[in-house]
Amino acid sequence: MAEKSSEFRKGEIMSDARTDMLGRVNKALAILPERAALPDWDAELAIARKLLEERDALEVFQERIKLVNGMAMTSVTELAAYLKKGGWLHGYCDPVLLSVLAPQLGPDFNLSTEFDRTRIDDYAFGITRAAGGIAETGTIILNDTLTSRRLGALTPWVHIAVLPRQLIHRTLTDAVQALGDDTNVIWATGPSKTADIEGILIEGVHGPGVEIALVLD
Amino acid sequence: MSVSPIDGFAAGLTSETRNAVYKSTKTTHEKRTKLLFDHFPDANRLREIAGEIKQHVIENLDTYLPEVEKKLQANGVQVHWAATAEDANQAVLDIMRKRNATKIVKAKTMVSEETELTHFLEKNGVECLETDLGEFIVQIDHDHPSHIVRPIIHKSRRQVAESFEKNGLGKYNDDPNVITQRARVFLRQKYLEADVGLTGANFVVAETGRLVLVTNEGNSRFCLAATRCHIAMVGIEKILPRDRDLALLLNLLARSATAQQLTVYTEFIKGPRKPTQPDGPDEMHVIFVDNGRIDVLASDCRDILRCIRCGACLNVCPVYRQASGHAYRSVYPGPVGAVLSPLLAKEKFPELADLPKASSLCGACQEVCPVNIPIPDLLLRLRDKNKQAHGPSSGTPPMGAWSILASQPFAWKNALALGGTVNYVPRALMPAPLRKWQDVRTLPPWRGGEFRKWLKNRPSSGKAKS
Repeated sequence: MAEKSSEFRKGEIMSDARTDMLGRVNKALAILPERAALPDWDAELAIARKLLEERDALEVFQERIKLVNGMAMTSVTELAAYLKKGGWLHGYCDPVLLSVLAPQLGPDFNLSTEFDRTRIDDYAFGITRAAGGIAETGTIILNDTLTSRRLGALTPWVHIAVLPRQLIHRTLTDAVQALGDDTNVIWATGPSKTADIEGILIEGVHGPGVEIALVLD
Repeated sequence: MSVSPIDGFAAGLTSETRNAVYKSTKTTHEKRTKLLFDHFPDANRLREIAGEIKQHVIENLDTYLPEVEKKLQANGVQVHWAATAEDANQAVLDIMRKRNATKIVKAKTMVSEETELTHFLEKNGVECLETDLGEFIVQIDHDHPSHIVRPIIHKSRRQVAESFEKNGLGKYNDDPNVITQRARVFLRQKYLEADVGLTGANFVVAETGRLVLVTNEGNSRFCLAATRCHIAMVGIEKILPRDRDLALLLNLLARSATAQQLTVYTEFIKGPRKPTQPDGPDEMHVIFVDNGRIDVLASDCRDILRCIRCGACLNVCPVYRQASGHAYRSVYPGPVGAVLSPLLAKEKFPELADLPKASSLCGACQEVCPVNIPIPDLLLRLRDKNKQAHGPSSGTPPMGAWSILASQPFAWKNALALGGTVNYVPRALMPAPLRKWQDVRTLPPWRGGEFRKWLKNRPSSGKAKS
């Protein structure tokens, strides 16, 4: 009972803070003879048309992702060769993708469909599904519905996002429009980076040091 | 005459620090300009519209705040209100205590710098860790950030390596790659151990209640992938009306802040995770923080509330480039800080009243501002505010005589002609205020009337030339 009443009091204090703050906001704004209107702006204004021209979205995507030190690959064989070369043989794989990827990657790879958060450093790579891409910026879009594990896409050194080609948006503006109802959408544009120390670019700070879009038809 | 505090700080910088700050701000500024104008034929129009949008928001906070609160709640977010820094910190602690949480990881948020949250939580027995590399280094050094987006712009890799060694993070090694990898290894365990992840918000959209966060390192994403509870401390001015406005603001923010087309991680959060997603918070709180903002809203400097904390005005500012961030003795350095810091200081305004004066009013800050804040005008208003409160400052001679002359053409003409005598008056014989004013300035020789002479005698064939 006592617990409950103190809870209640706390709630009251909170709502007092709300009333007080909104009251002061009202008072602060009451002195304005008129309020600034919300401008309507042409979506075209925020599009870097020059980067897109009349080209195919995939072509632009490949070019832009390279510029942010990410990678776009179009075949599993290419991916397998790259991972082997880096010595990245054990990783996490979204269970939905396993049956498609495992045979193509071959027997050298050890794919785990479980992600154990107490052993995050065991996973050299993580393979998850992308919810889309943005050509204009070379961005990979992930969301909670399609990304099987947030940690699986973030903590391994190499992240591979499997991206169906038709899900690549041409512009950032299009991608904003397509944000939709998912509780969590994240755009990843290249590998995790910092320039905090003397302005020197370092990749792989908290997230992946290698960010790959595996674009499949 | 005493040296102004900013000059004092500038003089105290080592040449190593001054060069580092100068070089890196200049490079970022130049890249920013190139990227913005290369990509957008009408880049200035982008800034103007973004400014209009944010001005509209702050002038309509009375409707936007309840609207966004409703949307957040509908998304399953618990909304709290904090009038002061203390209230905001207490709200975080209360949420943690309710969960019996003792560990928190923190992504960079400027508002939590204002409230000194880390210090408060540590005092209350909470393990609180900054996860942004720069902020982490500031934390282990018990230092202060000196730039809004580049907290350790004032430090060399040698200094960083020394503090890593001192803090048991490995033997001295000043390779930034090694330093970063050590921080990576150390911090990823901390994320996984923490129960709560704290962030700010770059934007909160009224239309959808979407909270938007940007980081390059991925630290805020890690906070929101590893912990079970997300607390966002949000200044009340962070609202955007519609999702579509994000396209404009995100394009401007990354280019202005770090000369990138887009920040590496841009996260859009619409409430706690669904049960189908195994990672991330199932509880989410937003704390709307006032901490002086409503007083700013009531003042004639409210335009500063448009600020999206990109730091572009710091990078371009000739004063910041020479003085670095600590000279501003507050959370917000540079031109934005010269306006915002004295205002947020409330009763301590006089202690920071020198900041608005440390500007040549060159206007570069407004020119680069992604939300087109008229910073020079605001600086003038604050100078005036200080003058109203304290009378004319000792450093400036009275302007009364000048204003009489300047408003009477005849008097002005004569003054110009007679003014030349100044060139022959020894300094010792000048009136005291003028002498004092000259202690730190050298007057150029008087050349009054030259322009009038030229205008009168110029050849009249000027028009025929074209």
